[in-house]
Amino acid sequence: MFAILALLVGIALGIWLEPSLPPGLTTYLPIMIVAALDALFGALRAWFDGTFSDRVFAVSFFSNVLIAALIVFIGDQIGVGSQLSTAVVVVFGIRIFTNAAAIRRAVFHA
Amino acid sequence: MPDPTERPARHAAEDETAAPATPPGRSLRDLGRALLRPSASHILLAAVLLVFGVGVGTQLTTKAADDPYATARRADLIQLLDTATTETSRLEAEIAQLKTTRDKLQSGVDGAKVAQAEAQNRLDNLAILNGTVGATGPGIRVVVYDPGQKVSASTLLDAVEEFRDAGAEVIEINDSIRVVASTWFAGANGSVVADRTAITWPMVIDVIGEGHALEEAARFRGGLVSQVQQLGGSVTITQETSVRITAVRSLPQNQYARPA
Repeated sequence: MFAILALLVGIALGIWLEPSLPPGLTTYLPIMIVAALDALFGALRAWFDGTFSDRVFAVSFFSNVLIAALIVFIGDQIGVGSQLSTAVVVVFGIRIFTNAAAIRRAVFHA
Repeated sequence: MPDPTERPARHAAEDETAAPATPPGRSLRDLGRALLRPSASHILLAAVLLVFGVGVGTQLTTKAADDPYATARRADLIQLLDTATTETSRLEAEIAQLKTTRDKLQSGVDGAKVAQAEAQNRLDNLAILNGTVGATGPGIRVVVYDPGQKVSASTLLDAVEEFRDAGAEVIEINDSIRVVASTWFAGANGSVVADRTAITWPMVIDVIGEGHALEEAARFRGGLVSQVQQLGGSVTITQETSVRITAVRSLPQNQYARPA
């Protein structure tokens, strides 16, 4: 209950407060969100498998986000930023679908 | 890249003993029940999800701000800028060209206006000179009383010439005869005819011009006044600020002469 409330409150805060993002960070936020989504789906899958741990989830969430941002940042430094961000989105997209498939199997047994 | 599906599996295996024992393979109902029942682990979960929510909300507002360039990359922006610069210079060249055309047309219109004003001026002058339009202006009104009807055509012609010398611009006799360049005077036995029209007495001459000079042109020794007085008549002259002349002539059609 807290978790879903916190999610909604967070979205509301982000929309209402309109935190001004540093201009350098605007290209990374979408990538970070995709990475976070992957962590969320991974956590959900782990929970259905019975192997969920909130500590592991928190650590994996932040490390996922940071590493994704780091990869794109390095890509930007060496001039392949847009390609690498595409690559990150593709990889995370595949992983999200894989996790979603596992969750579907756990929920619907199909 | 961390793997939230693999790594929790190892860690959770250790933690699972401390956590309430739940058999692997939970259902959606278990998830709802777990979410509804508050527990300590939910606080950490909530904190992480709050961060995630703020990120999503921020990104949503950034997108909603409808500024596609805020998230664009430098190379793309440079390309966009190049395109915009090229377009700008092209449009500026077009503006300069159109301005030149406009100025040309403008000066043409101005020239045409000046020419038209000039032509209108000449037209007005010629119309007054030819007597094809009415005229108004300061001048004098001369009334000649001649009970013996002895005033001759030549006296009248002399008077008209004297008025012209004094700067008369428009001359009219008896409110009906407009005196122009081709006007002629003739007469015999006490009747005077001007332009086929017999002059009735007393004769009224309206003249537009400088009033004082015109009056002097009639009053000088040997002029109209003294001549008429010698013949037994009398003349009254009044200077007026506005003499209105309405008699007009139709424009004669030149049969032979053409503009050269």
